[in-house]
This record gives sequence, C-alpha cells and structure tokens, in this order.
Amino acid sequence: MILAKTGNEALAYAMRQINPDVVAAYPITPSTEIVQIFAQYVSDGKVDSEFVAVESEHSAMAACIGSAASGCRTMTATASQGLMLMHEMLFIAGGLRLPIVMPIASRSVSSPLNIHGDHSDSLASRDSGWMQFFCETVQEGYDTLIQCVKIAERASLPVICAVDGFILSHCMERIETFEDAPVREFIGAYKPNWNLLDYKQPILVGPATMQDYFFEFKRSQIEGMNQALPIIEAVQAEFKQKFGRGYGIIDEYRCEDAEAVVLLMGSACGTMRDAVDTMRNQGKKVGMVKLRVFRPWPAQVLKESLRKFKTVAVMDRADTVNAWGGALFTETTSALYDLDARPKVLSYVYGLGGKEFSLADAATVLEQAYAGRKEDLVTYIGVR
Amino acid sequence: MAKLKSWKELPCGAIIDDPKAVLDNKTGAWRSQRPCWSAEKCIHCLNCWIFCPDAAIMVKDGKMTGINYDYCKGCGICANVCPTKVQAITMEEERK
Repeated sequence: MILAKTGNEALAYAMRQINPDVVAAYPITPSTEIVQIFAQYVSDGKVDSEFVAVESEHSAMAACIGSAASGCRTMTATASQGLMLMHEMLFIAGGLRLPIVMPIASRSVSSPLNIHGDHSDSLASRDSGWMQFFCETVQEGYDTLIQCVKIAERASLPVICAVDGFILSHCMERIETFEDAPVREFIGAYKPNWNLLDYKQPILVGPATMQDYFFEFKRSQIEGMNQALPIIEAVQAEFKQKFGRGYGIIDEYRCEDAEAVVLLMGSACGTMRDAVDTMRNQGKKVGMVKLRVFRPWPAQVLKESLRKFKTVAVMDRADTVNAWGGALFTETTSALYDLDARPKVLSYVYGLGGKEFSLADAATVLEQAYAGRKEDLVTYIGVR
Repeated sequence: MAKLKSWKELPCGAIIDDPKAVLDNKTGAWRSQRPCWSAEKCIHCLNCWIFCPDAAIMVKDGKMTGINYDYCKGCGICANVCPTKVQAITMEEERK
C-alpha cells in the first residue's frame, strides 16, 4: 500500500506489523511519536504487545533486557539523552546477546541543548555491542526496521535502526508499505536461544565472572559481531527476494569509473546524490558511497569498494571530540591502511545539531574531493 | 579444580546453564552483620524465606530450621521482615 508517512509514523507502522511481544519505552524528542503512535495501537487493540510505560530510559532498557531474557520479542525507541541514559544497560543487552530492536531518531547530545538531528547519540553508543544501521529515507527506515528483527534474532545481537532526527523522523514521504501478513511471514516466529522463565531448564542470567571467565565471555560476544555481516547480507537478500527492494552493506551511487567519492550515512545521502548528478553532468567523475551498516564495521566491504578511487571524502555527522575528526573518518582510514595503494582520505564534519547541509555544501565537498586536496585535516562545513 | 573452558565452549550470552554452579561460590565471607535466629521465638511464618534475596534461609517440612551462613551476606532483610512482635531474627556484628 502506498502511504504518506513521516519517519516516526513509518517506524511505528512497521512496529505494529512486527507485533513485538513487549515494548518498554520512555518517549523523547524526536522519536516521541514512535512511542506515542505505538501506545495508540496498543490501546486500540491493533497489536498483541505488552506495553510497559516506564519512568526513564534506563528503566526502559532494563525492562527490555528482562523481557528479552524471558524469551520475548522486544522493542523500544529512543534518541539523544534517552540513549545516553540507557548507556549502561546497552552494554548489558549486548553482553547477554539479547536481540532487542530499537529504532532511534538520531539527535545531538547536550550541552548545549539541541533537539535536532545529527549522529552523536548512536555513534557515542558504538562500543556497546549493538549493531547499527543508518537510513537515508523514510522508506529505507521502514524496510530496514523489518529486516532488523530478523537480523538481530539470527545474529543474537541487539540492533539500533537510526533515521535522522526531524529530517526523516518528522518529514512526510511517500512510502510503499507491505501487507501485515507477508511482514509477519518474513520475520517468522521468534525462537529464543534460552528463556529465563523456563523452569524445566533453569539457567542463570547475568552472572558475575572473575579473571578466569570474563575475557572468554567477551571473546565469545566479539565473535557474535564478527559473524554478523554475512547474516545481514543474507537477510537483505531474503528481503529483496520477497519484497523486491534491495539494500547493501554499502550502496554505491555512480561510482563506476569515479575518481573521487564521498562516503557518508543517513539522510544527507539524498542531497549528495543530487550534487553528484550535477557534477557528472559537467563531466566530472565523482560518486557517492552510502554506508548503511556502521556496526559491525564493514572494513572488508569498504576496502574492496574504496580502493578503486583516488580520493575519498569521509563525512561525519558527529565529532568524537578527540582532536582527530569523526568516527567514520578514523575507522575508514584504519580500514584502508593495509592496502598497498591507498586512496587519499579527506575528513569533513557536517550538520551538527541539525545545521543545514545544502546542495552547495555537497558540491564544495565533491569539488575538493575531485581536486584531491583541502587545507585542514578536518573541515567543519558551514561553521562560521 | 575443573579444567577451564575455552571461549568457544561457552554458551551464547554468558548464561550459566548449570545454576547449581553458584553453590561453589561461598559468599558468606562478605558479611559484616550476622542474622541470629531464635528457635524459641520463631512462629514459622516464613517471611524471611520469602524475602531472602539469596537462598540462605533453611526450611524443612514447612518449618524454619536456621540460616545458611555459607551464603548469607548479612543484608538484614530477614530481620526486617520478621514480625515486629516476634523478633526471632536480630542482626549482630559479625566477629571474625
């Protein structure tokens, strides 16, 4: 069915179709509506889900962990300060290998206070053992959230599905939704690895471990993330087969014979596409590499793609405040380091706190990438 | 001591599939306060057994029989939930 939906509406709609056993959530801008609309579905009897209205995001994630440990398909939604308050619990969900699925509307992190879109919240959670997807459009958010359920459960890893706050969460787009039945057929029934409430097979969840076992358990968790990429690729292929829309770990745009490309995530890819088209019309060989999966970090995939180009401009919508640029920049350069012939990598930070990223900005980045040089190590686009 | 397992042998999600393994970790040494139980005063309401966050209250045939000091960490919840008039459990300083 073709519908007009904002990002939040589309994500809530996907959640209704997923029909999770439990949703425990505490609403926060800009993802408030996901929780609000889902709560309405619960009130209207449109889902079978148990909705737990908690008193904070820390409690939301704690309730999700308890629910997932009890063998329930579990979802929540948050953003920004909410994700920060969950931080401690994120690592516990990761370590327990609980396939919790969490759409977020990416937003800056205070201070100063700002409610608008950038990737600071999700990127600050990058070491918590959650997979992370970034979406370019509302359509992609809807499709990806449905995929995420299957990916999380197959990989036994929790997952964040991020759409840019306001830019996607609040903007209406024409999207093609699926009927409920094929969505439920696609995600299938959830078969948990274990269930805390199964008294016939008692287990202990969340043990204390000492020097003798902690590292071994972490090594086992790390292996889960190591094995996740082929699972993501398989689910994306199954999705394409069933629904006809295909997504990659990365999606290349006009990269054939390109000399310079821009690597970025999220809604700004749409702006960049336009700028690429304009430059291509001028005969300049430029392209775009859209990164959809940030965790697991797809180093091999990026290496195979980016080795073909002379210059790669990496654009971060968050700064790590480490005096060395954004996470995407540092991780991309490290992925390319052991190539014999490496492309030149330029670092850009853009759009913090929702600062507009215009077509002119995109064109400037492409021109500099095409020229293969710029002055500073890190360029802060549009900062006065 | 049993041979330590490699990471490949561990269950996904750090669960312990043999919950009885916790019996090997005697946690009573953490105690700074010790619950003292009076068999004479006890009315066997089993509030202590219900509320003990470990499993340190020993019960046989529906009757409280004592406290397992191998695992009791001295939290004092049992003394707190023991009915006010009864006071069959009182907390005393642990002597090393």
